[in-house]
Amino acid sequence: MIDTRILALRGRAVPVRGDDIDTDRIIPARFLRCVTFDGLGAQAFRDERFDEQGREKDHPFNKARYQGSEILVVNRNFGCGSSREHAPQALYRWGIRAIVGESFADIFAGNCAAIGLPVLTAPEANVRALQTLVEAEPDIQVTLNLETLTCRAERPVPGGGSDHQYEPVLEFPLSMNESHRQKFLAGTWDTLASLANSGDRIAETAAALPYMKGFIP
Amino acid sequence: MGKTLLDKVWETHRVATLPSGEDQLFIGLHLIHEVTSPQAFAMIRERGFKVKHPERTVATVDHIVPTDTIGRPLQDSLAEEMLAALEENTSAQGIRFFSWGSGKQGIVHVIGPELGLTQPGMTIVCGDSHTSTHGALGAVAFGIGTSQIRDVLATQTLAVSKPRVRRINFIGKAGPGIYAKDYILALIARLGVKGGIGYAYEYGGPAVEALSMEGRLTLCNMSIEGGARCGYINPDTTTVEYLRGRPYAPQGAAFEKAREYWLSMASDSDAVYDDVVTIDVSALEPMVTWGITPGQGMGVTERLPDPERLGEEAELARTAYAHMGLEPGKPVLGTPIQVAFIGSCTNGRLSDLREAAAVLKGRHVAPGVRALVVPGSEQVKAAAEAEGLDKIFTEAGFEWREAGCSMCLAMNPDRLKGNELCASSSNRNFIGRQGSARGRTMLMSPAMVAAAAVRGAIADVREFLP
Repeated sequence: MIDTRILALRGRAVPVRGDDIDTDRIIPARFLRCVTFDGLGAQAFRDERFDEQGREKDHPFNKARYQGSEILVVNRNFGCGSSREHAPQALYRWGIRAIVGESFADIFAGNCAAIGLPVLTAPEANVRALQTLVEAEPDIQVTLNLETLTCRAERPVPGGGSDHQYEPVLEFPLSMNESHRQKFLAGTWDTLASLANSGDRIAETAAALPYMKGFIP
Repeated sequence: MGKTLLDKVWETHRVATLPSGEDQLFIGLHLIHEVTSPQAFAMIRERGFKVKHPERTVATVDHIVPTDTIGRPLQDSLAEEMLAALEENTSAQGIRFFSWGSGKQGIVHVIGPELGLTQPGMTIVCGDSHTSTHGALGAVAFGIGTSQIRDVLATQTLAVSKPRVRRINFIGKAGPGIYAKDYILALIARLGVKGGIGYAYEYGGPAVEALSMEGRLTLCNMSIEGGARCGYINPDTTTVEYLRGRPYAPQGAAFEKAREYWLSMASDSDAVYDDVVTIDVSALEPMVTWGITPGQGMGVTERLPDPERLGEEAELARTAYAHMGLEPGKPVLGTPIQVAFIGSCTNGRLSDLREAAAVLKGRHVAPGVRALVVPGSEQVKAAAEAEGLDKIFTEAGFEWREAGCSMCLAMNPDRLKGNELCASSSNRNFIGRQGSARGRTMLMSPAMVAAAAVRGAIADVREFLP
C-alpha cells in the first residue's frame, strides 16, 4: 500500500513576494481552456514571467537558481479570488510540494489540502526573513515539519563534499489548519474514501431534509 | 441561546464528524459548469464511482461561450472540447443540462435563482467562487475546487469546517445612484479582501431588507471578494415571493409547506454572532475601484489615496498604481476609459440592465469607447428585449450580446487589448483578469458603467439621473 502520509517536507525554497496574489495571476483564465490538468506547470505565473511578446520578465520562477525548488514562500492572502483548482495544480506540477506564507485564501487552502499540498502560515517577520535568506542563499535547505509545526532553514557547510553537512540558520514556529494537518499526518487528505464510508448515514441525512421529497405535504 | 441560519443549515445537513475534525456535509444542490468539472468526472471514472445524486446536480455552460453568436462547433477548438466533454458527462450520468440556446442557459449563478433551483435552507456548492451568490435566498452556498467536485459527484457530501459568522448590518437609506454594488464595494474597502477569511457573512439590517432579490444577489455574490467563502441573507417575504411560480420551486400546497420551512431557517432574533459590523448606507456615494484588488475602492468624488498613508497596504498600493497608471492625490473622476462592460454574475440581471438603460436613454457612448452589454442568462436577455432595453442599449452605441460570463474573466473571445481601461460591472479587478496582461479594470455599478461610457471617463452617475 502506498504511504500517503505527509509528515515533513525538505527542499530548496523559492520566494514569490507580494500580498493578495490572486489565482488569475497564478494561472491566467485562458489556460483553463482544458479538460485535464496536464501541462499546467509550464504556465504557472505565466503573465508574471513573460510579456506579451514572450520575453522573460523578472520573476523567481524564471531564475535558474530556483529551479527544482519544492517550497514556495509567499506573503498575505495568497491564492485569493477564483476557486480554480488549476492554481494549486499548476504550482504542484511546476514542482512545489508545500507553501509557507503569512496567510491564504480559504478556497485556495482547501484546494491545496485536497491535492496533498500543505500550506502553512507564520508571522510576517518570519516569512520575510525566510524570503530574504533564500534570496541571498538559494542553496538553503528548508524543512517544514507538520508534526512539530516548525520551519527550519539550514545552510550547507562549505567543503562538506558530497556528504553535505548543514548548519541551522533560522527556525520559527508554523501554524496550519488543524483538520488539514490531521489529514496529512494520517494520510487521508484525499477525502473521497472516508466520505464514501458514510454510505447509510448519507441516505439518512438526505431523507430528513424536506426539500429532498419536494415538500410534499 | 438562538441559532443562526448557518447553525440550522449545518445541523440539518451534517452527516458525520470526520476523524480530521471536519464535518461531512450533505449537499442539496450541486451546480456544475464546463471549466472546473471535466477533471472531476475523469477522477470518479478512474475510481469506479458514479454520480450519486444526478437529480441534485445541474449543469450549464457559461465561461467559454462566445457572446456574438450562438453556433457549433465553437471556433475555439479548446472551448469546443470543453463543451463537448460537459455534454458527454451530463448525458452519461443523467444530469440535467441547460444547454446553450435552450432558452434557459446562462451564468450558473444567474440561472440557479432564476429557475427556482436555489432555495432557502439548502447547502449549495459549485466549482466557482461566486457560488456565494445563492446565499441571497438564505442558502449556505460556497465555491469548491475540482477535487471537491469529485467528492460531491461521488457522495453528494463534502468534508468541510464550519465557518464563524459575522453579522453585517446595513442601516440607513441610500441616496439616488447608490446600489447593492456600492454597499458591497464599501464593505470590502472597509474590511479588506482578507477580512472575511474563516467567516460566513450574514447580511441584514433595514437597507438589506429593503433590497430586491436581485440587489441581494449582487451583495452576496461579492462576499468572496471580501475573503468570505459564503454570504447569506435570512429568508423573508421578498425571498418567498421571488420563488413563487418559478419552474423548479415547489408549487401549490407544497409551496405553502416550503414557505413555512424556509422562514423557519432564518437566524433567531437572539442568535449569537462571532462579530458584528455596521455600515450606514446613507453616507455612501457611488463607489469605484482604483487598484488591483476589489478592496481598493473609493467614493467617486474622492481623490486617489496616498500609498504612504495606507500603512501595511502601501506596498500593494504602489504595485496597483504602477499597473493602473493613475496618480495619487488626483481625482478619480475624469479618468479616461476605452471599454465599458455591463454583465457578469454580479450585475448581469434584469434590474441591472434597467438601471444602466435609465442612464443611457437618449444619450450616446463617447467616441472611441467600445461598450458591450452581456445579459446574465438567455431568460434575462429575452425579458430585457421584451421591454425594449436592447433598443436603448444599441441606440446608445452599446453592443447587445448573447448570455455568458464574457469579459468578466475573458475565457471567451471578449477581451481587453493592450492596456485598455475598462469600466466594468463585474467583480474582479485583478491584473490580467479581463484578458490582457496590461489591461486595467475599474469596478462599479452598471449605472456607473453606463455613465462612464457616455462621458468616456469615470463619471458620477448622480449627474445622469432625472
